[in-house]
Amino acid sequence: MKKNTRKTNSIIAAIVRSFAVLVATLREIFDESAYQRFLERSRLQSSTRAYQIFRQENELSKSRRPRCC
Amino acid sequence: MPNTLRVLLWIAVSLLGAVALATIALHRGEQINALWLVVAAVSTYAVAYRFYSSFISAKVLALDPVRATPAERLDNGRDFIPTNKWVVFGHHFAAIAGPGPLVGPVLAAQFGYLPGTLWIIAGAVLGGCVQDFVILLFSVRRDGKSLTEMAKSEIGRVGGIIAYLAVISIIVILLAVAALIVVNALKSSPWGTFTIAMTMPIAVLMGVYLRRLRPGKVLESSILGFILVLAAIFGGQWVSEAPSWAAIFTLTAPTLGILIIVYGFAASALPVWLLLAPRDYLSTFVKLGTISLLAVGIVALRPSLHMPPLTRFADGTGPVFAGKIFPFAFITIACGAISGFHSLISSGTTPKLIRRETETRFVGYGGMMAESMVAIMAMIAACVLQPGVYFAVNSPAGIVGQASTTAADTVSAWGFPVSAAQMATLAHAVGEQTLFNRTGGAPAFALGMAQIFSNTLGGQALMALWYHFAIMFEALFILTVLDAGTRVGRFMLQDALGHIWKPIGRTSWYPSILFTSALIVAAWGNFLWQGIKDPLGGINSLWPLFGICNQLLATVALCVATTIIVKVGCRKLDGVRTGRVRYVFITLIPLCWLVAVTFTASWHKVLDPNPRIGFLAHARQLAATGANPRLIFNDRLDAAVTGVLVVMVATILIESGMVCLRIISGSRSAETKESPFVMTRLALEEQA
Repeated sequence: MKKNTRKTNSIIAAIVRSFAVLVATLREIFDESAYQRFLERSRLQSSTRAYQIFRQENELSKSRRPRCC
Repeated sequence: MPNTLRVLLWIAVSLLGAVALATIALHRGEQINALWLVVAAVSTYAVAYRFYSSFISAKVLALDPVRATPAERLDNGRDFIPTNKWVVFGHHFAAIAGPGPLVGPVLAAQFGYLPGTLWIIAGAVLGGCVQDFVILLFSVRRDGKSLTEMAKSEIGRVGGIIAYLAVISIIVILLAVAALIVVNALKSSPWGTFTIAMTMPIAVLMGVYLRRLRPGKVLESSILGFILVLAAIFGGQWVSEAPSWAAIFTLTAPTLGILIIVYGFAASALPVWLLLAPRDYLSTFVKLGTISLLAVGIVALRPSLHMPPLTRFADGTGPVFAGKIFPFAFITIACGAISGFHSLISSGTTPKLIRRETETRFVGYGGMMAESMVAIMAMIAACVLQPGVYFAVNSPAGIVGQASTTAADTVSAWGFPVSAAQMATLAHAVGEQTLFNRTGGAPAFALGMAQIFSNTLGGQALMALWYHFAIMFEALFILTVLDAGTRVGRFMLQDALGHIWKPIGRTSWYPSILFTSALIVAAWGNFLWQGIKDPLGGINSLWPLFGICNQLLATVALCVATTIIVKVGCRKLDGVRTGRVRYVFITLIPLCWLVAVTFTASWHKVLDPNPRIGFLAHARQLAATGANPRLIFNDRLDAAVTGVLVVMVATILIESGMVCLRIISGSRSAETKESPFVMTRLALEEQA
C-alpha cells in the first residue's frame, strides 16, 4: 500500500515537473521570461511604459534573427 | 536498468525499426498503414540518437561537461542566458520548424512515399542532425559566433564572403517561393483570403491587449488571438457563401502577388510593431499547436497510405516538378532531412542559451530529429490522399490543361483515376471553387490534414473547417517567415553596403531603411512575379532553385565543420597528434553527398536539354515560339543565379580543402579560433 502511494506521488511529481518545463518553454518562446528578466535587470514594475521600453530594446535583436524555412 | 535488459531493449528497438523499414520498402501492390512510417522513423531516430550522436559527442567533439559556455561566461540577461535544456530545445525547435518540412515532402510525394521517407530518415540522422549538432557546438565554443563569422575565421576571408552571399541568396529565393506558396493557396479562395486578412486586425487587437491591458502577457494574448482566428475561420465560410462578400475576397494570383509584395515592403520599412510582433507570436502558437495536433491525429487514427511506394514519375516526367529521383528528391526535401538554413539558427540565438556543452547534443541533434518527424507527418498527410486527387491538385494547368474534364482525363491517363465530378464534390466539401491546379504543396497538405481529422472530430461536416484551418496555419506562418526574412535581409544589406558608404549602414537612418527594404523586396518580388507568370506554375522552377540554395548553404556549413574537425583532430598533445582527424567522416560523408546532389541538380537545372528541367532549354523553347521576352529573361536569370551559387560554393570547397590538406601535411598550424577554456561554476553549483 505504502509502495503504491509512493509510486503515485512520484508519478504526480514527474507530471508536475513536466508541466513546469512546458510552461517555462512556452514563456521563453513567447518572450515572457525575457520580459521578466528585463524587469528584474532594470528594477521596474510591469507597466505599459516598461513593456514599451522592453519591446524597443528587444526589437532590434529580434529583427536580426533569421526564421527558418 | 540492468545492462542485459538495456542491451535487449536496444536490440528490440533496432529490430522494430528494421521490420518497419522493410515493410515500407518492400510492400508492393497494397496499402500500408501510416504508422509503419512513424515506427520506422522513431526507431531509427532512437538508435541514431543513442549510439551515433553519443559516438560523435565522445569521440569526435569530446564534449566537455566542465567547460563554461558563453551563456554562463557572458551572461547578460539579454542574449546570453544559461537556460534549461528542455526550454532551449523548445526554443530551437520553434525557430527551425518552418514551412519547408511541410511543403517539401508533399511535393516529393509525386515519386511515391518511399524515396522521400527514406531520404528524410537517413538524411536527418546522418546529415541534418549532425550538421545542426556540430555547428551548434562549434558556435558555443566560439562565443556564439555566426556561421559567416566562423567561415571567415576558420577557412578564410573568401569563405566568409561566400557564406554571406549564400545566406542572402537563400533568403531571397526562400521568400519568393514562400510567397508563391501563399499566392497559390489563396488565389480564387475567398474563405482563405478572408481568414488571412482577418489575422491583421486580430494581431492589432493582440498588440493593444499586450501593450495597454496586460503588458507582457504574450501567452494570454496568443490564446485570445487563436480564439479570434478560429472565429475568423467560421466567418470565412459565411463570406464564401455570400456572393457580394465573396467577390471582394476572390483575388487572382497577380493581385495577391502585388499585395504580398506591398506587405513585405511595409513590414520591413514601417514601424508596424503593433501588427508584426503579435502576429509572430500568434503564428508560433498556431504552428506548435497544429504540429502537435497532427502528430496526435496520425498516431490515434493510423490512416492508410493510398499513394504507392514508387510512382511512374521516378523516371523524371513528374507533373509537380520535372526531374528524376536523383538528384531532385534530395533537393526537394531539404528541411526535414538536411537544411543549410538550420546552421544559421544553430549559430544564432541557440548557442547563447546553452547552459552546458553536453546539452548541445540534445538540442542540436535532438531538435533536428523532431523537425524530421514533422516532415514524416507531412509525407503521411500527402500520401493519405487518393493519388488521382493528389496529382489533380498539384499539377499546373500548363501540364494537365485548364478545363476540369481535360485535367481529370490527363491525370487518369497516367494511371491515377480521378474524375471532374469527384474533384468538384471534394472542392465543395472543403468550401473551394476548384481544387485543380492548386500547386505549391500547401493545398494538398491541407487536404490531407483535413481528411485525417475529418475521420474523427465532426466527420465530413467539418472537412471544410479543417481544410481552411490548415490553409490559415500555413499561410500565417509563411507570412511571418516573409516579414521576418525581409527584415533580416534588409539588415544584412545595410551591414554590407555600410562598408561601401557608411550612412547606409545606419540601421535607424530612414532613407537607408527605405532603400535597402526596396532592394530586398525587389529581389524576391521579381522571383515571385516570375513564379506567378510561369506557365508551368512557378513551383517547377522556383522550388528546385530554393532547394539548391538551401543545400548549398548546408555544403558551406559542413565545409566549415569539416575544417574545424580537421584542425582539432590534428592538434598535438605532448608533441603527438591526437589522431581524432580520422573521425572527419561524420561531416565529410554528408558533405560529399550534398556536393554530388547539388552540383548534379544545378547542372540539370542549367543545362539539361529537356525544357521542363533546364532553364536555358526552356528559354530557347520560349524564344522559338516568340514568347514574352520577360519569360525568357527569367529563365536566363535563374540559370545565372544557379551558376553563380555553384561557382561560389566550389570556391569555398577548394579553399577549405586546401586548408585541410595543409594542416594534415603539417605545413600549416592547426590553430582554431576557440575561446579559451574556463572552468564552469554551474557544475559545482549543481553538485552543491
